[in-house]
Amino acid sequence: MWRHPAAKPCLGMLLALPALWLVYAAANDALGPNPAEALIRQTGDWTLRALCLALAVTPIRVLTGQLVLIRFRRMIGVTVFVYAVLHLLCYAWLDMGLDVADITRDIAKRPFILVGFVALLLLTSLAATSFNRAVRWLGAQRWQALHRCVYAVAALAVLHFYWMRSGKNNFLEVGVYAAILATLLAWRLWHRWHKRQYK
Amino acid sequence: MRTRHSDNGHNHPLGSEITPANAHHNRRQMMQHLATGVAGVALASWASRQALAQSDKALARPGKLAPLASRPSTMAGANSMEKPTTYADASTYNNFYEFGTDKADPAKNAHSLKTRPWSVEVEGLVKKPGRWDIEDLLKLSAMEERIYRMRCVEGWSMVIPWVGYSLSELIKRVEPQGSAKFVEFVTLADPKTMPFVGSRVLEWPYVEGLRLDEAMHPLTLLTFGMYGEVLPNQNGAPIRLNVPWKYGFKNAKSIVKIRFVEKQPATAWVKSASHEYGFYSNVNPNVDHPRWSQATERRIGEDGLLTKKRKTLMFNGYEAQVGQLYAGMDLTKNY
Repeated sequence: MWRHPAAKPCLGMLLALPALWLVYAAANDALGPNPAEALIRQTGDWTLRALCLALAVTPIRVLTGQLVLIRFRRMIGVTVFVYAVLHLLCYAWLDMGLDVADITRDIAKRPFILVGFVALLLLTSLAATSFNRAVRWLGAQRWQALHRCVYAVAALAVLHFYWMRSGKNNFLEVGVYAAILATLLAWRLWHRWHKRQYK
Repeated sequence: MRTRHSDNGHNHPLGSEITPANAHHNRRQMMQHLATGVAGVALASWASRQALAQSDKALARPGKLAPLASRPSTMAGANSMEKPTTYADASTYNNFYEFGTDKADPAKNAHSLKTRPWSVEVEGLVKKPGRWDIEDLLKLSAMEERIYRMRCVEGWSMVIPWVGYSLSELIKRVEPQGSAKFVEFVTLADPKTMPFVGSRVLEWPYVEGLRLDEAMHPLTLLTFGMYGEVLPNQNGAPIRLNVPWKYGFKNAKSIVKIRFVEKQPATAWVKSASHEYGFYSNVNPNVDHPRWSQATERRIGEDGLLTKKRKTLMFNGYEAQVGQLYAGMDLTKNY
């Protein structure tokens, strides 16, 4: 079923659903009394969720033996980037009124915004080298080294979320994402160590 | 992108096209007022509010809870001319952490709050300490309606018609001693009816405080109702505070104790994050929160999704009334 030609388009649709829902909800005033805040927060939430999913592909592949799942990884990775861009756009447009001077000042002034912005810059470099020819240009090893930046993105994203929630001392959700991402990373370290032991 | 009902002020019919029954009635009332020679100030304030009410239905009683009669306040600064937030937004989007940290939580969870019987203990450095029953507090002074801007520290704002009277009315009756410098407000913390009391978000009970001169300022409103009705549970029933020149969290909700003390009280948010929240917490566009700017704000239900946020005003626009309270104070240090 994973090899079915419709599998990729189906997954693409699924990944686009949250964004489509947000557009629909915004147009129909279904986002509550503060729709701008709802859009900014929910695009951020979906960025984190997509990131967890992207980083879960390899562990799931290895653990289930479904090696074919690799064909979906790029699409999920690009989805992370798309939601992150939407998140930035919502912030820049709805919160800052697309005032470049204000946004620059905001990024420079607040570590919380800066961390999110750096994460997006890293994601941009990954998205920009996500196509096949980029792998050939860079060489597989350098490409892989660059794409390990995704772990830094994960750490920065959690920090960004943690900082945002620190005002309300409400870290339950932050903890959930941090735990998922930490588990996925820990599995990789364990897996590497394990492979080396039995080489 | 955003669509709203036609009663939001953008698309209402011309006054010449229809004459609502209440406007008709109001005009007759106005003539009666003229005929009986009501004081000019009262009339001016009443007429300006009337102009507002005719173009907007937000001031009509929502018809959800018991009515709470009042007369429009005549105090300077107490009647914002801005369009009031709808009752629906004001009663479903607010912070009341005892019922959850999401701003939709209080409206969902506060039905469990029991507002009768209710009493407020007045204690500390006063000549007449004692327990006040809510029914006596309701009769203590004449109820006024005041339309205040409410600026949340998170960067959003509303315009809300509150019903109550100046806190100073109560303070005068309990006679603070000379040593009393601050007033502390302790709010209900009942784990049985408030599901999030006991969560580690804040220390419970939620405590707020004012300097005695701030508490005595006539704009500081002891509040019992909004939109012409008693307070909904989620908005701090049956008795709360409104200090319109300070960030919203200073407005203690569901108050059970008022203490007069000598030292500055340790308030909930200062205890939780003193680098982010200060005791004064006056609305100040020039002093940013460490994690966001306070220069602008979003008016809930009013500004469209793509409208630029509006500029936040010094002391939330009440500088003329309260600025002198802080003369000579470094407001960057005393944030």
